[in-house]
Amino acid sequence: MYTQALDAPQTPSAPTDEDERLERFQARIDADEKIEPKDWMPEAYRQTLIRQIAQHAHSEIVGMLPEGNWITRAPSLRRKAVLIAKVQDEGGHGMYLYSAAETLGVARGELVAQLLIGRAKYSSIFNYPTLTWADIGTIGWLVDGAAIMNQIPLCRCSYGPYARAMVRICKEESFHQRQGYELMLTLARGSAEQRAMAQDALNRWWWPSLMMFGPSDTDSVHTAQSMRWKIKRFTNDELRQRFIDATVPQAEYLGLTVPDPELRFDAAAGHYVHGPIDWSEFHAVLKGDGPCNRERLAARRSAHEAGRWVREAAAAYAEKHAGSARAAQAG
Amino acid sequence: MSPAAEPARATASAEDRFEYVLRLGDTSLIAAQRLGALLGHGPALEEDLAIGNIALDLLGQARLLLALAGRIEGRGRDEDALAFLRDAGQFRNMALAEQPDGDFAETIVRQCLLDAWQLETYESLAGSRDRELADIAEKAVKECRYHWRFSAGWLVRLGDGTTESHTRVRAALEKLWRFTDELLSADALDARMAVSGIGPAPALIRERWETRVSAALAEAKLERPAQRHYPWHGKRGVHTEHLGHLLAEMQFLPRAYPGVSW
Repeated sequence: MYTQALDAPQTPSAPTDEDERLERFQARIDADEKIEPKDWMPEAYRQTLIRQIAQHAHSEIVGMLPEGNWITRAPSLRRKAVLIAKVQDEGGHGMYLYSAAETLGVARGELVAQLLIGRAKYSSIFNYPTLTWADIGTIGWLVDGAAIMNQIPLCRCSYGPYARAMVRICKEESFHQRQGYELMLTLARGSAEQRAMAQDALNRWWWPSLMMFGPSDTDSVHTAQSMRWKIKRFTNDELRQRFIDATVPQAEYLGLTVPDPELRFDAAAGHYVHGPIDWSEFHAVLKGDGPCNRERLAARRSAHEAGRWVREAAAAYAEKHAGSARAAQAG
Repeated sequence: MSPAAEPARATASAEDRFEYVLRLGDTSLIAAQRLGALLGHGPALEEDLAIGNIALDLLGQARLLLALAGRIEGRGRDEDALAFLRDAGQFRNMALAEQPDGDFAETIVRQCLLDAWQLETYESLAGSRDRELADIAEKAVKECRYHWRFSAGWLVRLGDGTTESHTRVRAALEKLWRFTDELLSADALDARMAVSGIGPAPALIRERWETRVSAALAEAKLERPAQRHYPWHGKRGVHTEHLGHLLAEMQFLPRAYPGVSW
């Protein structure tokens, strides 16, 4: 998931002599064949995937920050262990995804550099602050829950390395979602103060979670081409609806109120109908004016800068000892 | 050796065992708390993942040890009561563990000196007469071997890397070396635990620690700082100013909302 910001439409501009290759490529996609790194692919397909996978990878890495914010304050040793493991899993997801992007011919360093200069997008959800312990449960429950809705179809994405990375990531995400929900359940069954903490977190995270699916289908410029290429299998609105249908009963079970006065169940359609989403907030956060955009990027830059001398030392050491390693191999 | 043939040993008191297990458990807990704060801020993604692993191992050791300490004490305190509801003066961790993360060189030097001590201690404790402690040590020693490989590997790369990395790691070593006095100077409790067959022989730990650390320093092209007497020992509850701040942050939720489950 975390790819709501796919920007300008990429119009595949195939030269005439490539028409036949394009047709063959599309026929393979239509036959549900996986595209592998060494296969021919249209440049626009490659660029769309690089952008999408890199955004996903950056989101995992930036996503370590809001949750990492509570590692030192987790209220029990078990919760602390679970949270460390979760944040570490996100780092692991970032790593597989950067590797998947590298199979498309772009280096991890280049992608990270784009993030640090503010040119690459990552999921806007991580530009919201984690203010209380209940936010950790809510991120697991809602944010990972929304991520799973988006990611499960990606396990069948036409690009092999991305699809395979997603299989493993989805397993871990669904584990995180259950842990988050279990945390919320503990708060919801706890003291009045704990219940209030849980409700406050739901109030703050509900709408941003719905925005994670990206703009409404009528405003989403990418959907059609991405669906033709089977990079995307469902539209933003379809996925958002599934998420709402799955999540509202979970909130009810917790005894919490979804902060949408217009929310109602349409029995005939078998779906929940939600109130209007404030897309001006979505666009503001996307543009850099969310509550924590500056802090998140500053934290990534500061880690990168503070680590520079360490990476240089490792490279210098490897360089110095490369000769002796080669000699040992030769001998 | 049959129990009858075993040489007569002094029996350790429950108070001694409680204090001793706290020394181990609190050291792992405080080190895990320090490393946990670094997650997401490391010099490279690979180091973030490794540091997360080490923090998790240490936290796992702390949970087993604090639960054991609670059982020995017999006053109904579990791992969380011990972690979240004691003040700094009741913590028994080595003061080295509570030293701030600093730059990557300080983190690595702190971990390296501590890892060597934990590795040798648990190696020895795996043969402890206290079966529960021996079981925990047996698991911990495998983890500590990996921790040592990571920290000593970085000590060498930083020491023998660039001029800057060498300067930084040397400064970190100078800064933190005084806290090794506590790791290696046995006090009366360490001595009683050794005599009762529960704890390791202090001289053995010192010798093995010295050998291990000296070899890593030599490979890292670092000189060993002069050993100074530094008698303010965290293991007896005398800490540096850093521990109070660490605990204020770590214990905030259970203190602000007493008596609830999380």
